[in-house]
Amino acid sequence: MHRIVEKQVLTPVTKLLVVDAPLVARRCEPGQFVIVRVAEAGERIPLTIADFQRSAGTVTLVFQEVGYTTQVLGTKEEGDFILDVVGPLGVPAELLAEGRVACIGGGVGVAPVYPKAKALYQSGVEVVSIIGARSHDLLIMEDMMQAVSHQLHVCTDDGSSGYHGFVTAKLQQLLEAGEKFDEVIAVGPLLMMRAAAEVTRSRGIKTLVSLNSIMVDGTGMCGACRVTVGGKTQFCCVDGPMFDGHQVDFAEAVRRSLMYQEEEKTALLQCGCRGGSE
Amino acid sequence: MPTQPAAERVRNFQEVALGFDAGLAQQEAVRCIQCKKPVCIQGCPVNVKIPEFIQLIADGDFSGAARLIKETNNLPAICGRVCPQEEQCEKYCVLGKRFEPVAIGRLERFAADWELKEGVTPPARPERKPGKVAVVGAGPAGLTCAGDLARRGYEVTMFEALHAPGGVLIYGIPEFRLPKAIVQAEVEYVLSLGVQLVTNVIVGRTLTVEDLFQDGYDAVFLGTGAGLPKFMNIPGENLNGVYSANEWLTRTNLMKAYQFPSWDTPIKVGQRVAVVGGGNVAMDAVRCALRLGAAEATIVYRRSRQEMPARAEEVDHAEHEQVQFKFLCNPTRVLGNERGWVEGLECICMELGEPDASGRRRPVEVKGSEFVLDVDTVVMALGTSPNPIVAQTTPGLSAHRWGGLVVDGTGLTSKAGVWAGGDAVTGSATVILAMGAGKTAAEAMVKYLEEKYRTWNGGGGHRPTP
Repeated sequence: MHRIVEKQVLTPVTKLLVVDAPLVARRCEPGQFVIVRVAEAGERIPLTIADFQRSAGTVTLVFQEVGYTTQVLGTKEEGDFILDVVGPLGVPAELLAEGRVACIGGGVGVAPVYPKAKALYQSGVEVVSIIGARSHDLLIMEDMMQAVSHQLHVCTDDGSSGYHGFVTAKLQQLLEAGEKFDEVIAVGPLLMMRAAAEVTRSRGIKTLVSLNSIMVDGTGMCGACRVTVGGKTQFCCVDGPMFDGHQVDFAEAVRRSLMYQEEEKTALLQCGCRGGSE
Repeated sequence: MPTQPAAERVRNFQEVALGFDAGLAQQEAVRCIQCKKPVCIQGCPVNVKIPEFIQLIADGDFSGAARLIKETNNLPAICGRVCPQEEQCEKYCVLGKRFEPVAIGRLERFAADWELKEGVTPPARPERKPGKVAVVGAGPAGLTCAGDLARRGYEVTMFEALHAPGGVLIYGIPEFRLPKAIVQAEVEYVLSLGVQLVTNVIVGRTLTVEDLFQDGYDAVFLGTGAGLPKFMNIPGENLNGVYSANEWLTRTNLMKAYQFPSWDTPIKVGQRVAVVGGGNVAMDAVRCALRLGAAEATIVYRRSRQEMPARAEEVDHAEHEQVQFKFLCNPTRVLGNERGWVEGLECICMELGEPDASGRRRPVEVKGSEFVLDVDTVVMALGTSPNPIVAQTTPGLSAHRWGGLVVDGTGLTSKAGVWAGGDAVTGSATVILAMGAGKTAAEAMVKYLEEKYRTWNGGGGHRPTP
């Protein structure tokens, strides 16, 4: 059982929980994730470790309420418990030790970008961050990203704050203006990561994306999370979740992510919850 | 043994084989001729005192029989159900030469179930001995090793990666063959011997083997199993509706997807399901498919019926449940519709050629014999290999190229103080062989700990370092 020591409501549908998990906090690195099970009849869902505090033995989880399990998790308050938190899982991100990196986060994808931007910033890499959301009230972690970036660009789809347009359009604008990056890290919805990879492909800038496949165990024993990268099948939970965005078969990843669409709706309806946020 | 009628049981996940009642058990027990030199015992990897416990059943002392079995076997209700007795104890039964062998497995199950029903009294705790052991993996090998060490007085902590202990007993073997309440009861018995259980710890990620030694463990047993699924690497294998048997069974058994949406984990079952493979896991997967609501479920196997590694009893059960069998047939491609979902399995016919290294005749493709099976779900049950995480993260631990850990006859690995056993060493095998390996390693670990602490005077002196 893992106690929730802090809760922040980032937007009406995005919550931040600081969770007591000393064994996870002891070893985790940027890029890794945990599998969470909220209650006894619950399912196992993967959540990125957005931040960690080794001395306090806690990890920070940020999630958007997109379905039944995340909504249940969203109702948990400080002092409540999460049944299972297992990790750290996945391969830590291989981060550059010097140079200039663009860190791009779309929607709740800002959360997984944050620990990478923070580690890069602390090791002396120049960090240019581009974060975005559909509208200003859905934007998360702006202050946190500001603190670990040399430059921060905020984008909204509806123009309610910052740049009016997608984060990938902002990236393209910066590149066209002659800005140089040694690497791009892009995390967000699959379509956004694909668009980011397309922007950098012709310019030959290495682009890392973090894939959010369907997972069950998260330890490599089932292959539910398999993705095709460079023509080869990889398990996102043990070979990833970070991959070379130019090598990922995004069409397949999108198709596989929709596999349980109907069941996800059933789960919401049967349990009498309010509808999803989308 | 009485069973649930086939037509009824394919609609539920309740146990198929109902077990002996006291009358049937005693009737069967008196068939045992109580050999002076019982050869049945040599077929049992954990050396259960077979004639003695059968005599107790014949005498009506059922709890006594269960206690006697438990002197050497910590998990008898499980073994009585899932051991391939026809290749082990019952294979050696003298009666089997002219008649049916004594139904040792069913009798073991009867005694264990009797005790579970009556209430189990754990044995008295032995005197505490110096020495602390970490057991990695709470499957059959780990449970046996941990139980045996605790029974000898050692402090044992068992680390499990999943949220529930049992390994393949809990995520792999379905409820209708091995009820989870039975697994839970037997795991609780092992814990009652004094074993500590820590779930949600992945050794190699959450903690390393080095961390365990640093945290004060004197010895480590790796019973991490063979959880890595094999795929065929044919086109279309990543289409929606293609599962590994591990995913299919984990969703069904561990996560109880058959009770969706009361349980939250979904599973997608088509009208026609093909399961590729011929082992026990394939039989479990195909029989789950019917119970999950598939109209038709088919085994696709590249050799013929005789070569199938599955237990004859499981194949019979599957047949009675109307599972279809396509022998000498191998998939070449998974076909998908425009939305990326499975809509067929292209197969090629095979014929048997010369025997291969395993002694089984090698299947050879018949040119131009491709045909399409009309299915919408495909489950790959092609076997598994050891999970590489522990080997990759433990310096000095040698593994074979195919992933199995290298050990000597006692289970000792290439790393001092580290033993291993079960599927992590052999690749996917049986529950009872894993238990035998756990027992052998526990024996060797006891010697190691005794030697290590021989000069230690029980608290006054320095604790020896690993």
